[in-house]
Amino acid sequence: MKVEKTVLFDAPGPRARRRILLGNIVGAIVVAGLAAVVLVRLGEQGQLEPSLWLNAVDADAWAYYYWPGFLATIRAAAVAIVGAMIFGLVFGVGRLSSRLLVRTVCGAVVEFFRAVPVLLMMVFFWLLFANAGLPSSSYWGVVVALILYNGSVVAELVRSGVHGLPSGQREAGLSIGLTRGQSLRSVEVPQALIAMLPALMSQLVVVLKDSALGAIISYPELLQSARRLGSGNSNILQTLTVAAVLFIVINWSLTKLAERLGRSLKRTSGRTGTTAAGAGVAAVGVSAAGGTDGDTGDAGDAGEGGSGGGDGT
Amino acid sequence: MQEYLDIVREYDVLGAFWVNIQLAFWAALFSLVLGSILALFRISPIPSLQWAGSAYVTVFRNMPLTIIMVFMVLGAWGQLEFSLATDFDTNFFWLAVVGLTIYHAAFVCEAIRSGVNTVPVGQAEAARSIGLPFVAAARLVILPQAFRGAIAPLGNVLIALIKNTTVAAAASVATETSSVMRTMIEFRPDYIYAIFFTFAIGYVILVTPVGLLSTSLSRKLAVAR
Repeated sequence: MKVEKTVLFDAPGPRARRRILLGNIVGAIVVAGLAAVVLVRLGEQGQLEPSLWLNAVDADAWAYYYWPGFLATIRAAAVAIVGAMIFGLVFGVGRLSSRLLVRTVCGAVVEFFRAVPVLLMMVFFWLLFANAGLPSSSYWGVVVALILYNGSVVAELVRSGVHGLPSGQREAGLSIGLTRGQSLRSVEVPQALIAMLPALMSQLVVVLKDSALGAIISYPELLQSARRLGSGNSNILQTLTVAAVLFIVINWSLTKLAERLGRSLKRTSGRTGTTAAGAGVAAVGVSAAGGTDGDTGDAGDAGEGGSGGGDGT
Repeated sequence: MQEYLDIVREYDVLGAFWVNIQLAFWAALFSLVLGSILALFRISPIPSLQWAGSAYVTVFRNMPLTIIMVFMVLGAWGQLEFSLATDFDTNFFWLAVVGLTIYHAAFVCEAIRSGVNTVPVGQAEAARSIGLPFVAAARLVILPQAFRGAIAPLGNVLIALIKNTTVAAAASVATETSSVMRTMIEFRPDYIYAIFFTFAIGYVILVTPVGLLSTSLSRKLAVAR
């Protein structure tokens, strides 16, 4: 097992290594003991009976419950992430607009939808569409609520991405005669988009997880299907476990993919990074204070946007 | 207008928000404790504890909160007959608190760990090189900086937690905001917009001060490097 390096601990000497080994054995015994207690308790209650588990994973369960539920989840999440990107681009660029009115309106919209719980929006749009007599109102309730919330998060990503670019990009755009809007659209936003690809992918994880809220408004997605299957055979614990494992595997792979994408992007755009740093060093004589101020401010912005996005439901 | 205010009073909207605030308070308290323990596991030099911490975070960060809530009621209570109170409503309330705690502890753990990660290795090396032993280096140099770095991400987790208390609807807590809003709209569809905006503004009022406070605190206490 790879020992993670942390800032707190120095490389251990022989005595510390002995202590770590001892702690490792004790820790492993405690963790394994906890797992054993849970398993024994489950066994006492008869929850480990093979029939309960076989019912939760047999061919019929997959064909009639998990697979259609999974497809419904994907259908909602795919439409929602595309819609959220469009919403985010429009409102993110709107927040960067040079017109005060546009900036204020876009800012208010984004902040509003970021503060309202997704479930409230889902319930509202679901009942709104149902009252209006639209077909598949629960599906559109899920999709619209997800677009509005995640779109606002993407808008913040766009804004912090553009703020994170070296200011030379805009200056270069302006100096070849582009207007501010043109430089934003054709120079800054495209670069910000590439830089925020990993964050967008993590947002897809949030969308997938939030789509499970659809179960509350009776949208037949994966969780709802697992619940229906389980209440038929009274093995809901087992079917929920299967659904949870599916979610974990998909989201974990997406997270890993996003990390790898982030690393490879860092490699390819490394050249811009170093030139920016080089420019910073060269400009020290001119405006060292201004440069560093801008840098820390941007880093803070990006951090807030990123963690705010990752911490959704 | 008067009629609408009567509806708001009839369905006890303020009471519904009070339930969510209580859910958020207890879940925040417990998940801070559990998350800190998990963070200690993850930054300890002991591989088995590191593994346990990161396994917990991987499992619960990638799982929808709704599944945990449904599990608490239909799995833990319905199937395993695990209960926290004899009274139905109190039982569901505490099951929801447990569900929220399990889920958000993973995020608290990551927030604290990211705070520790903001401390450059040079700080620890400098502390050691002036002869500070482990506890003193941690207490005087590393942890004060780590806590400051953790303020902003912890604030974000708290905001997410407050909003996520609405998911208690999946754990059969019928008196919290999203369930009350649903009932209100079902009985008074003529006021659907007003009802939604009442609840939405309520959350804006709850969440905005937390965000402002955590941003201003993290700016004020930021370590200049």
